Amino acid sequence: MSTLEIRDLHVEVETESGPKEILRGVDLTVSSNETHAIMGPNGSGKSTLAYSIAGHPKYTVTKGQVLLDGEDVLEMAVDERARAGLFLAMQYPVEVPGVSMSNFLRSAATATRGEAPKVRHWVKEVKGAMSDLDIDPAFAERSVNEGFSGGEKKRHEVLQMALLKPRIAVLDETDSGLDVDALRVVSKGVNDYKATSDVGILLITHYTRILRYIAPDRVHVFVNGRVAESGGPELAEELETNGYERFTDTAESTKEEQPA
Amino acid sequence: MTDTPAASTGGGSTTAPGAAVLDVDPGIKTASSPKIAPWEERHTSYDVESFEVPRGREEQWRFTPLRRLRGLHDGSASIDGAIGVSVRAGFGDSATDLTGSGTRHETVGPDDPRRGDGGIPADRVAAQAWSSVEQVHVVTVNEARSDDEPLTITVTGPGAGSTAYAHLQLRLERHAEAVVVLDHRGSGTIAANTEFVVADGAKLEVVEVHDWADDAVYVGAQHLSVGRDATIRHTSVTLGGDLVRLSPVINYRAPGGDVELDGLYFADGGQHFEQRLLVDHSIPHCRSRVMYKGALQGAERGTAAHTVWIGDVLIRKAAEGTDTYELNRNLLLTDNARADSVPNLEIETGEILGAGHASATGRFDDEQLFYLMARGIPEAQARRLVVRGFFGEVIQKVRVPALRDRLEAAIEAELEVVGV
Ligand SMILES: Nc1ncnc2c1ncn2[C@@H]1O[C@H](COP(=O)(O)OP(=O)(O)OP(=O)(O)O)[C@@H](O)[C@H]1O
Ligand SMILES: [Mg+2]
Repeated sequence: MSTLEIRDLHVEVETESGPKEILRGVDLTVSSNETHAIMGPNGSGKSTLAYSIAGHPKYTVTKGQVLLDGEDVLEMAVDERARAGLFLAMQYPVEVPGVSMSNFLRSAATATRGEAPKVRHWVKEVKGAMSDLDIDPAFAERSVNEGFSGGEKKRHEVLQMALLKPRIAVLDETDSGLDVDALRVVSKGVNDYKATSDVGILLITHYTRILRYIAPDRVHVFVNGRVAESGGPELAEELETNGYERFTDTAESTKEEQPA
Repeated sequence: MTDTPAASTGGGSTTAPGAAVLDVDPGIKTASSPKIAPWEERHTSYDVESFEVPRGREEQWRFTPLRRLRGLHDGSASIDGAIGVSVRAGFGDSATDLTGSGTRHETVGPDDPRRGDGGIPADRVAAQAWSSVEQVHVVTVNEARSDDEPLTITVTGPGAGSTAYAHLQLRLERHAEAVVVLDHRGSGTIAANTEFVVADGAKLEVVEVHDWADDAVYVGAQHLSVGRDATIRHTSVTLGGDLVRLSPVINYRAPGGDVELDGLYFADGGQHFEQRLLVDHSIPHCRSRVMYKGALQGAERGTAAHTVWIGDVLIRKAAEGTDTYELNRNLLLTDNARADSVPNLEIETGEILGAGHASATGRFDDEQLFYLMARGIPEAQARRLVVRGFFGEVIQKVRVPALRDRLEAAIEAELEVVGV
């Protein structure tokens, strides 16, 4: 049983005109076997939240806490966070020329598992996980993400999740850029992993279509750097019909009432 | 790090953070330099006196710290040593003496008529070595050697504190084939000419390794002569030495020549590694590909690691159907290192298949590092993966497995030095 607790998280980025606050007090708790969806307009800070949890150096936490089972995540280096059981499927996976996918996966599995997986077993495991996600075995010899299409990159993010077996996974727009068939395959990949583990999932998305495959327990509306409202799956349906207007209006009026 | 193909011909980049520790002329401005190496005026001669003593402002010498050449450039060096040359079949521990008559090693005098088949000196140090050398090593291959049996030519320096001139000619006769490791080691100060004479239809794959001891200074001109339908793949690897300056020139002799020049260099603090390439497309329907990759790190005794890469490609009026592309990429592993990169493409005819160049110098890509670490890979290992990946393209092409292993191990060892 694991719990990721985000408490009053404030995060800044450095800009040409000085630091700019992006997250303005995020409160969110995700536990094992739960799936939380985060929906919110472009630029509201969803990826910032995801990267801050993973420890991207671009983001500076100015206030608040991130705890994994009570342990201070913000004190951990990026790789320590991953080894502690956090995983981020990135919105824009990075290309690493010259490093083969198979070498990368094996290095990552060795690091997160604490020992090198037995070769024969590992080869089978990777093959199986790749075929579950309809990934051509030839990708194993290609450089990490290099020249992959958008959808291929997303499949490989889910592949990594399946192999690294995190306790808490943040999926940042893993559904964007997928065609209908790929969406089904990737969703099945996520659901298979949910079924065989206790993973807690934070699913960032713009579309309810993925929520038809991956059923959320909770839905959070993310506006202007914080959670504006939380509810059950029905909240997603409301957003689908009415958009974010109701929440952005609130956000605007709050801003007007309390000028910073 | 992203490749930014230079928009115009010529130009280049100089990356010099931490300028305080540089020992090169801070007034250098590569981007705004006038046309580099005016071809019509390019001077070649066997006679050292026909070259002026370089003062450091000349286009050819402006990047080279002349005071570290120990008098090779101005005639003040006194020759008190000799290089050692051994030629063996195979590579590494399993190498054996040459047998049979298909491949032979001779030592001849400077008036041997074959000398100069590769090319003519184009700078004063090369001409000095040419005029002064007393012994010429000629290695001739007159057979199609199997890939499994590379030739290893080991050149050993004269020893610390000693100076030597060197002349080596590697000849592949018509339709001969060979994989050659040209391994440079040891100490001392050396000025050298190396000729690669590849006759019609012959195929040479040569890896030239400069793995000198810390004290060594090596200034060498490589003269590559490419016969009709001949193929050369030349990989230049520079790992060690105080100062290593290499000037390969490609001379096409007939149509159909196909040349790939790859390079790998890894400079630490205090080291100056310089590569000046000239691919002279004077003949129609020849091809050239250039891919040099360098990594730099650190400073020592107040001197930052410094690499220079000049890639001159000339397509002359007669060279219709030319197909050329050149690329140089540098990876700065620490801030206090300096990489100069100047690709230069001069085109005198429009009737070509293709011509392009690119040059990029960048720091470690933090996004790549983050991505690997976000999967649990510790930082040091992530950095090693990225650097190995950076050089991978060059190393993968080396066809001698034991040499590939050695190069990989050398890169690992370099990375250990700064604890990357
Ligand atoms: N270096 C920067 N300078 C200025 N603003 C920045 C910088 N980096 C990020 N931002 C801003 O931070 C805000 C939040 O970005 P973030 O990527 O977290 O949004 P998002 O909710 O994930 O959006 P999307 O739905 O489009 O993925 C954006 O308005 C973005 O422009
Ligand atoms: Mg985003």
